Amino acid sequence: MNGDTLLEVDDLRVTFPTRTGIVQAVRGVSFSLGRERLGIVGESGSGKSQTGRAIMGLTPPQAEVSAKKLAFNGIDLLSISPRQRRSLRGNRIAMILQDPKYSLDPVMTIGRQIVETLRTHEKVSRAEARERALAMLQAVQIRDPARVFDLYPHEVSGGMGQRAMIAMMLITGPELMIADEPTSALDVTVQLDVLKILDKLVAERGMGLIFISHDLRLVSSFCDRVVVMYAGKVVEQIKASELRDAQHPYTRGLLNCMPRIGFERHPLPVLDRKPEWAA
Amino acid sequence: MTAAVAIEGLEVVFDRFRALKGVSLEVREGESYGLVGESGSGKSTLLRAITGLAPVASGTIIVNGKTLGKTRDKAFYRDVQMVFQDPYGSLHPRQTVDRLLQEPLAIHGIADGEKRIERALDEVGLGKGFRFRYAHQLSGGQRQRVAIARALILEPSILLLDEPTSALDASVQAEVLNLLEEVRRRHKLTFLMVSHDLAIITHMCERLMVMQNGEAVETLTASQLIGHRVSEDYTRNLLRASEGFVRTA
Amino acid sequence: MSAETIQSRREWLLSDRPASRLQARLGRAYVAWRRFSANRLALVGMLIIIALVLVAALADVLAPYSATVGDLKNARLLPPSAAHWFGTDDLGRDIYSRIVYGARWTLYVVILVAIIAAPIGLLVGTVAGYAGGWTDTILMRITDIFLAFPKLVLALAFVAALGPGIENAVLAIAITSWPPYARIARAETLTVRNSDYIKAVQLMGASPFRIVLRHIMPLCISSLIIRVTLDMAGIILTAAGLGFLGLGAQPPLPEWGAMIASGRRFILDQWWVAAAPGAAILIVSLGFNLLGDGLRDALDPRSGDQ
Ligand SMILES: Nc1ncnc2c1ncn2[C@@H]1O[C@H](COP(=O)(O)OP(=O)(O)O)[C@@H](O)[C@H]1O
Ligand SMILES: Nc1ncnc2c1ncn2[C@@H]1O[C@H](COP(=O)(O)OP(=O)(O)O)[C@@H](O)[C@H]1O
Ligand SMILES: [Mg+2]
Ligand SMILES: [Mg+2]
Repeated sequence: MNGDTLLEVDDLRVTFPTRTGIVQAVRGVSFSLGRERLGIVGESGSGKSQTGRAIMGLTPPQAEVSAKKLAFNGIDLLSISPRQRRSLRGNRIAMILQDPKYSLDPVMTIGRQIVETLRTHEKVSRAEARERALAMLQAVQIRDPARVFDLYPHEVSGGMGQRAMIAMMLITGPELMIADEPTSALDVTVQLDVLKILDKLVAERGMGLIFISHDLRLVSSFCDRVVVMYAGKVVEQIKASELRDAQHPYTRGLLNCMPRIGFERHPLPVLDRKPEWAA
Repeated sequence: MTAAVAIEGLEVVFDRFRALKGVSLEVREGESYGLVGESGSGKSTLLRAITGLAPVASGTIIVNGKTLGKTRDKAFYRDVQMVFQDPYGSLHPRQTVDRLLQEPLAIHGIADGEKRIERALDEVGLGKGFRFRYAHQLSGGQRQRVAIARALILEPSILLLDEPTSALDASVQAEVLNLLEEVRRRHKLTFLMVSHDLAIITHMCERLMVMQNGEAVETLTASQLIGHRVSEDYTRNLLRASEGFVRTA
Repeated sequence: MSAETIQSRREWLLSDRPASRLQARLGRAYVAWRRFSANRLALVGMLIIIALVLVAALADVLAPYSATVGDLKNARLLPPSAAHWFGTDDLGRDIYSRIVYGARWTLYVVILVAIIAAPIGLLVGTVAGYAGGWTDTILMRITDIFLAFPKLVLALAFVAALGPGIENAVLAIAITSWPPYARIARAETLTVRNSDYIKAVQLMGASPFRIVLRHIMPLCISSLIIRVTLDMAGIILTAAGLGFLGLGAQPPLPEWGAMIASGRRFILDQWWVAAAPGAAILIVSLGFNLLGDGLRDALDPRSGDQ
């Protein structure tokens, strides 16, 4: 790992009490993160989002979070007050969700949302906030920032909305960004544009990035390191460049079962799930 | 050899929005034909126009030699069936699998229901244990299998597939794609399959049409695509994008 | 029954893989029942309604006196006592007996109104919602006209036209009750008519009639049951109001509203004459409301589709 450790997660557990008993969404996840791009992959329901949310402090109230260690820059996230947690959340840790529609306020213009976000975290004048918001929109490669500034979320396309969302999250200059399937709802070409923006910002600002996705191939082409999750557990941690030598049959299965252009396999290999993977 | 589906100059207009702007294509009998393109390019609209769910403004659609009019008769639906994209939205929330599969048989007055339902469930790899479950008792992949069983139970010759696996995990997607290939072989079906994923289309289809903004960009064979022998920039971009993220610097 | 067999029965009901149509249905009903019964107040509401039904059914056994013929000479306006639990009215009739028999009329009214108004509302709403266009516009304008008048005023107008009497009161209430049901059914229909599962049935070649009847109506029924149950209190009160105004049940029928009306003349000196039927209306209305709330939790399609 290059440089200092930004985030340390040791034995993270998230449990939900439900009508039919206790659901263990995350069962002892451990990893650490420097100023790098870390991918978390796994099938739906494997606990990726709940892991990200637990780090953010956005776990639903009925759920219980425990960990031997959950530290951001040496700050123990589980022992600080909710207020400190909140201020950390806006300022130094940010999260992008899959669908910008649900995270942008539909009755406020995009520009105003970015400005408000900035002003709740920093004492800046309106004029300066506007300047910086426009610069941020430019940084996420929105061609006509002044126009988009005054649009409402429903007036922009999915890709544009996701860029606006990224701009809003980055305006406070966070050190850690958690992106939960940020591009899964976008077209492939738009997806790559958004990834390019994220990639550039991470490189320029020296952020740590946790990139959550179900698409192992995409993650491996984008991230430095990959954490593979299955049924709430980490089954393998591997450098993206060494993914071809993955040991765990689940990782290999995930990699193999996708059709690839120019590699005809009929039928496609399927995953043969073993009960011991979840044990 | 006759065409299973022949479309000529198809225009679909919603209010004033032209979702399809004069699209033509021909799907041969027994062929698997793909439609790719970004979202909003009109892929689903094309399938819906065939089934009569989208307002056709002009153009002709010929299915199995018959020119379709404004409305579709019952016999049409015994020839053409469809599988939808969202496995969570395409099964009635208050009906058991049994009831879902019985419905088409009841509508068409088919007698040997029991046998057909059991056979259909077996065929999609679900078996009897699933017959009396509700949709919420099934996983996404299982729901899509039920949807396929429902489409097959009337023994159609043409199956329209609207992104049948895009809501599924990769491993489940592989299972469903394998299943689709298998039923196609067994029943000698004609497929018209929509996807935004070039890899899936090249895996499943012999020929494909690339669409953008309600228009056909180009028509290719799968091997042309695999060999990168494409003539349009748009297609080239799609091809590049499907190879994943490439860091430039 | 031993604990073990109860346990195994529960597992059978909650099974993820039912083996028959019956098991699937019972399992579904059981899950709804568990949700319903987790709500104490809903159970209270249900007990009240069950009690009402029992009282109505067993009125002949429960009532010690006649409901219509009183002892004018010896028993006028007696206060509550061991012989007359709720006292007697101005015609010397036992109020307890009249309330017991009145339960029949209350049930008669709410059941008749429910089975007339709910299906009309369901039909109008689903047809309007599914057909859209002109059909929708016409049906909904008619609905709006009915909704524009306060319910009691409209019912009054109908009774005035039809003539007083409990049958006409029922009819008037039914005629004024269906529009909200039509609204609910239409709203529900609009949310499902473009769903893929309805499209899938269209692509089977099903007729619009079949789709509305077999695929859309079942989805509207739970919201409707909830709404009708919650409306029961209002129906009872409207019937009582009509009775009170002399336009509903005619003497000597022991209808609760009419009983209050005749008791109001002595409300200061002989309060029990009006208080007893008043309390009965209150309790039964409350029962229906609690039951409706419980049903909302148990049946609401939005609260997780179990
Ligand atoms: N509110 C909740 N109540 C109960 N269980 C939940 C809740 N949210 C998530 N879960 C459970 O947590 C598991 C992991 O969910 P999630 O982290 O969202 O998965 P992923 O993001 O990998 O698809 C799921 O299997 C789900 O059953
Ligand atoms: N019922 C409708 N009313 C109005 N516009 C529609 C309707 N259905 C689709 N469209 C529009 O038609 C275009 C093509 O849609 P669609 O065929 O669903 O695209 P695709 O399936 O390729 O993603 C989109 O711009 C969409 O907004
Ligand atoms: Mg998730
Ligand atoms: Mg589509």
